[in-house]
Amino acid sequence: MANDYKTIVRDGLWDNNGVFSMLLGMCPAMAMTTSATNGFGMGLATAAVMAASSYLVAVFRNRITQEVRIPVYILIVAAMVTLVDLAMNAWMHELYKVLGLFIPLIVSNCLPLARLEAFAAKSPALPSLVDGLFMGIGFTIALTAIGAVREILGSGTLFADASLLLGPAFKTIELRILPADMGVLMMILPPGGFLVTGLLVVVKRLLDLRAGKEIQMGGAHSVA
Amino acid sequence: MNSPDTIPAEPAAIQSRTLMHGLILGGFCLGFGIVLAVTDRLTIADIGARALEDRQNSLSQVIPDSIHDNNPVTDTLVVKNARDKEITVYRARKEGRVTGVAYEIYGTGYAGEIKLMMGIAADGKLLGVRVLAHKETPGLGDKIEEKKGDWILRFTGLSLGDPPAERWKVKKDGGDFDQFAGATITPRGVMVAIRSGLDFFAANKAKLTGGS
Repeated sequence: MANDYKTIVRDGLWDNNGVFSMLLGMCPAMAMTTSATNGFGMGLATAAVMAASSYLVAVFRNRITQEVRIPVYILIVAAMVTLVDLAMNAWMHELYKVLGLFIPLIVSNCLPLARLEAFAAKSPALPSLVDGLFMGIGFTIALTAIGAVREILGSGTLFADASLLLGPAFKTIELRILPADMGVLMMILPPGGFLVTGLLVVVKRLLDLRAGKEIQMGGAHSVA
Repeated sequence: MNSPDTIPAEPAAIQSRTLMHGLILGGFCLGFGIVLAVTDRLTIADIGARALEDRQNSLSQVIPDSIHDNNPVTDTLVVKNARDKEITVYRARKEGRVTGVAYEIYGTGYAGEIKLMMGIAADGKLLGVRVLAHKETPGLGDKIEEKKGDWILRFTGLSLGDPPAERWKVKKDGGDFDQFAGATITPRGVMVAIRSGLDFFAANKAKLTGGS
């Protein structure tokens, strides 16, 4: 079973990464990544929703019939999103002012729904929770990476306003990489989202390919 | 499922299955509906407080603390503007007398509406203008924000008549105010908003600055 969890975690973070491998959740992955901080915040909110809804679907999986499963899944995701929305508005208001507009969009993100259908509907509660959580963290990593590249190229900064999101202690990670006015404006406009996402998908594939090749050349891989 | 002629054979079974699906769906709706209602109750007070704080923050930027001893957020008046839209006016008072007012103004920018808060003293001089929300291009149009440039600060102390009404435009349109490189539409939208805000004050001065 421990091995099983390892696969789930690996899948979520890298092998089957929601954005870079499955190309799901493209709307927030491009719309919300004008800065690394925005991508990170959006990713965390999505991860919370995914973990909670995966867990709930797995708990109730034997009571949900095949025919009504999709409306029930959407209901559960929508309920979790509304919970996150209300809680953030009340208790994390600074973050809410940055992300508030985009929280409701988590409902229309197909990544949570895909994981509910592909994993949580057939698995016990705990592995589903882990799957939802790590798929969400993988999503967060992807969004932060896209945001970081776009922010560095577009505005010349990295993690600007991170202290607004994470608290004053994180003022130190707000960096200026390039001088102001050096940024390529297009990178923080929508085309930049497509360009950077596409390039990062390529980078991930190349890394996978290289890793695969090395294993083959070393003869260490077992034929399945 | 795959052969249609089995369906009419068991109408009772089908009916009960439909009923079961309905009950399952209804049960989930009820359950999560209750959860959401409880969360709403738990957060409603905090969310209200946050909204009030936000308004207070934007008001304190356009109404200096020195001119009032009341709380403008709660001292409001609703007045209709020239286009019959209801405008909430926040009043600053010192010893009961109105020393200034603030209200939201709207302009049309390059990418939709620009929402601003404008503060104006009882004598008609601008106390300040701040952008509350906009969707302008980052790096070009967003210089109207206070934290991205000081353009928006240049209006403080001016009034309708200083400069004259017809010169409350960007330079490109024959006015007194700079547009910025690469963006004319955004400052133009802001100018229109400020001009309409000044006109609103002029038209309703007695109502806005008169007593209770």
